[in-house]
Amino acid sequence: MAFLSPVVAIGLTVAVGFVIFMVIGIDPLRGLYVYFIEPLTQVWSLQELLVKAAPIVLIAVGLSLCYLANNWNIGAEGQFTFGAIAGSALPILAPEFQNFATLPLMLIMGIAGGMVFAAIPALLKIRFGTNEILTSLMLVYVSLSLLDWMVRGPWRDPKGYGFPGSLEFSDAATMPILVEGSRMHLGLLLAVIVVLAGWFLLGRTITGFKISVLGQAPRAGAFAGFSRNRVILITFLISGGLAGLAGIGEVAGPIGKLDVVISPGYGFTAIIVAFLGRLNPLAILVAGFVLALTYIGGENAQIVLGLPAEIARVFQGMLLFFVLACDTFILYRVRFVRPRKLQTARVVDGHG
Amino acid sequence: MDTSAALKPENQSNRPRTQSTLEAVGITKDFASLRANDNIDFVIRKGEIHALLGENGAGKSTLVKILYGALQPTSGEIRWKREPVLIGSPGDARRLGIGMVFQHFSLFDALTVAENISLALEDLLPMAALQTKIKDVSAEYGLPLNPASVIADLSVGERQRVEIVRCLLQEPELIIMDEPTSVLTPQEAEDLFITLKRLAAEGVSVLYISHRLEEVRTICHHATILRHGKVVAECDPQQESAARLASLMVGAEIRELNASPMAEESAAIGLSIRDLSMPKPSPFAVDLHDISLDVRAGEIVGIAGIAGNGQDEIFAALSGERLASNPGSVVFNDKASGHLNVTARRESGVAFVPEERLGHGAVPGLSLSSNITLTRHSTGDRLVRAGVIFSGVAKMLGIRVSETFDVRKGGPDPEASALSGGNLQKFVVGREIDRKPNVLVVSQPTWGVDAGAATTIRQALVDLARSGSAVLMISQDLDEILEISDRVAVISKGHLSEPRAAGDVTREDIGLLMGGAGEDGEGEALAH
Amino acid sequence: MGTVEAIILTIVTASTPLLLAALGELVVERSGVINLGVEGMMIMGAVCGFGATFLTGSPIIGVIAAIGGGMAMAALFGLVTLLFVANQVATGLALTLLGLGLSGLIGDPFAGVAGIKIQPIDIPILTDLPFIGPIIFGHDPLVYLAVALTVAVSWFLFRSRGGLILRAVGDNHTSAHALGYSVMRVRFLAVLFGGGCAGLGGGYLSLVYTTQWLENMTAGRGWIALALVVFATWLPARLAIGALLFGAVGILQLHAQALGVSVPSQLLTSLPYLTTIVVLVLISGNRTLMRSNTPACLGQSFVPDR
Repeated sequence: MAFLSPVVAIGLTVAVGFVIFMVIGIDPLRGLYVYFIEPLTQVWSLQELLVKAAPIVLIAVGLSLCYLANNWNIGAEGQFTFGAIAGSALPILAPEFQNFATLPLMLIMGIAGGMVFAAIPALLKIRFGTNEILTSLMLVYVSLSLLDWMVRGPWRDPKGYGFPGSLEFSDAATMPILVEGSRMHLGLLLAVIVVLAGWFLLGRTITGFKISVLGQAPRAGAFAGFSRNRVILITFLISGGLAGLAGIGEVAGPIGKLDVVISPGYGFTAIIVAFLGRLNPLAILVAGFVLALTYIGGENAQIVLGLPAEIARVFQGMLLFFVLACDTFILYRVRFVRPRKLQTARVVDGHG
Repeated sequence: MDTSAALKPENQSNRPRTQSTLEAVGITKDFASLRANDNIDFVIRKGEIHALLGENGAGKSTLVKILYGALQPTSGEIRWKREPVLIGSPGDARRLGIGMVFQHFSLFDALTVAENISLALEDLLPMAALQTKIKDVSAEYGLPLNPASVIADLSVGERQRVEIVRCLLQEPELIIMDEPTSVLTPQEAEDLFITLKRLAAEGVSVLYISHRLEEVRTICHHATILRHGKVVAECDPQQESAARLASLMVGAEIRELNASPMAEESAAIGLSIRDLSMPKPSPFAVDLHDISLDVRAGEIVGIAGIAGNGQDEIFAALSGERLASNPGSVVFNDKASGHLNVTARRESGVAFVPEERLGHGAVPGLSLSSNITLTRHSTGDRLVRAGVIFSGVAKMLGIRVSETFDVRKGGPDPEASALSGGNLQKFVVGREIDRKPNVLVVSQPTWGVDAGAATTIRQALVDLARSGSAVLMISQDLDEILEISDRVAVISKGHLSEPRAAGDVTREDIGLLMGGAGEDGEGEALAH
Repeated sequence: MGTVEAIILTIVTASTPLLLAALGELVVERSGVINLGVEGMMIMGAVCGFGATFLTGSPIIGVIAAIGGGMAMAALFGLVTLLFVANQVATGLALTLLGLGLSGLIGDPFAGVAGIKIQPIDIPILTDLPFIGPIIFGHDPLVYLAVALTVAVSWFLFRSRGGLILRAVGDNHTSAHALGYSVMRVRFLAVLFGGGCAGLGGGYLSLVYTTQWLENMTAGRGWIALALVVFATWLPARLAIGALLFGAVGILQLHAQALGVSVPSQLLTSLPYLTTIVVLVLISGNRTLMRSNTPACLGQSFVPDR
């Protein structure tokens, strides 16, 4: 029953997609095929799907922990970016440091960077009660500005003919490829490990228990002796760290260097994935593939049908809308309630 | 039942000899299994301050909701100035001329006094005219208000003034006041009484709901006393002693008291509360004043009291959900614990059962085994090792608790919300008793629970005490207190009375203490 | 026209879309709803406004279409959050994504096409006055509309009964419901108004600021508008000042070069966001300020008991 709403949401999205294709003037069945089916039929596009899914899943698992505890971390995109910057410091500032330790160090620094960035909204919420939605969101733009400055300024490749972007990372600073000839890199493996770790954390550990309890019944959580502030910090740090890992994973993986644009909005897509997967790490793995499909399908539709790249965002936005609407519709019946009116005229007036 | 407190001859009472403004005739209200109001007749006269007395659960709030239109009676009639009327909604009540001042205000914190009042009025006055009217009316009745003040800046007493002035501006003929002094300082209460007397002199009737017997005796002309949904007596409170009123409220039946032997004087003290004082955490909460109490191993001490007198605050201070500034004010097993958090207190062998089972004592959406983990993750059951929860252990504990305490549930490990109230309460209490704690603090152990489950729970508490634990029970159910407590104390407005042996105290005594006698050194000596 | 006047004019032009979108969101948040979809509503306004103007040749129809586009998106948001009582934060994000995507689709045929610009007004004598002429009397009509709207919203919120009810709903929806006011209807109307304003702000971008259509041309202004509302502590007058500040900062990097200042442009771009964080911390740390201005029910869904 609990998974009915994401399935219905996907169905509705496809249905509306059908209509959209019709309106644009494209044969709807062909449109849906090109968008949703064709990418699944070819090996290389399947591989691309996995490559796209990896960072989204990584981030979404972290977000699910936050959201379960009612901490609305909307700044994953910023933590992703800052993690990428932090992890790239090593290959950019010390390019000669090339050995087996390079990549692990980069990953660690990326995770740390993401954690530090996520700690800001967490600490502000704990200390001042500041709304974490706005603070984490504002930091996204700060991080993007920082990235822009670094790749156009101090960290620009001196041999790059004046174009923005850092130097290309050496092999030691690049994510190892899992399958010869493809782009599928270590990040995929990490994503699967994180999913399993997330599932274990939530289902089997006392920390996961604290997260669930405080999110569902704060008073019971206090009664259990669980610290609300500690959980805020932990969930933000974990999700920040995972977003940072995704960031350095992308930069050291498919992209190969620190560039102006390192994410097509993974941090925001991950929010959709977290909801679509109903905040359950295992379901998030599947939901991640669905969203990756919307990206690849969008690229495919661009090439084959000549549609603008934005078509992907339409499907993603619709999907989230439908998930949200279906959740409430299926779990709680829609309620029409009239307020008690100020005027009701049924009084027999008494005369004293 | 002592009925000699019936109506005194008219010429000796203080009751105004005026027409009736509102009459309740045969009002009965049934909810699914409960008859909340049973054939209630009473009359409120013009210009009269009429008290409505009764314990929790006596039917006062149901009756009041009927009077101001939020509920409809199952049968019976209401007459306004002798004519039958149908009060279908609060709007109807307002239009008749009935105004209501709630115990918990419905005000808008961010808005001004004038804006709050404007929102509740049906006739739209331009703001300037309204502000003048507010100033005039409020000053006239001794409740001065600045219309431009923001509610958030006002004290609780001032906020109540806003509620009252809001009422007065609609020119009511009957004002219903629900526990009006529960949030007021003694001085503010005095000011309120002056206002009420003034209103009465002008012909406005007041229905005054309260359990504070001294106040009722000070200003009310007449009192109607409810018990178990029925009118059990009417009287002139100014002619009666507080003791008499108390006995009418709580009943003076002789009960079969628990004859088990009490703890020896030499038994160890499991819980010692010493001069515990705590400021209230929010405007509608209660300050705790110098609470002192010892609970010995092997005994049950009951704290009786009307809801809202500090029970939640005491529980939070004992459980560690609120920390005391002085570690020595809460002592468990000779260990100063006022500064320790919940988990630390549990680790030293103390267990707690809060008033609310869903949302506080248990998480509704989690399974029973998860709810075991909720309070027993650090209590030596080896439930959690190296951060990992051993759900097998939790389930085993859950089964053991369910079997021992006869918890009826659908499947082997259902969600807490799937259990009936009684069964969930048995589970929550059983979860703690299963730990064999040396001190148990329990609040409202059988609230909202069917008779069978209530018996199981009470017996479990007695057994626990007899096996050597110290049990502190906070309850609003006087029958329960007298049935199983060895000693009884009463909490009223954050003050705790001296505990007395249960065999030495009568219901009247308790009723008096509940009604505020003994606070600040005033009040009558306890009658025997 | 001198450099200073030119700079001031561009500051006003840069600030106007922010002011419009933020005014709408201010009203929405005052009713207790947080709509993170401002960016999506703005961009829909931009594309609808541009498209309608291009197809009909009339900027007035374009402006109406821009308002309509924003409102349509807002209606969707209102439906899902108020009727279906879905999570406001997530729904707002969905709205942004949907808006960005849909606008790209709709605007595809208009990419690269030259649009029709709404001309600034020209009052015979007044506009020609030195210095104050162009600054006060030389803007396009939408600027004056934005100013008028600021005054109107301020009057509505603090001097009208409707505004009082709206603020009451945002402060304590339970009490408002108990008094007989329709929380859902008040909020839905507020949300629609917010959508119209955001749409208008977006339309300003494609009809005045730059007269063409580009994908993602709002470039995060919707998020800035959200920040603006908090920065202004939900007061329209402060909003106008904040919009000018944020607008100025937004285009300052262009003028920095003209004035010979060399600060990394990215620092300037991130200033509005950093400032907002600081302001947020200051006002949330200050209980009185928070309590007196933040709508107490912000973001909480309202489900009345029967």
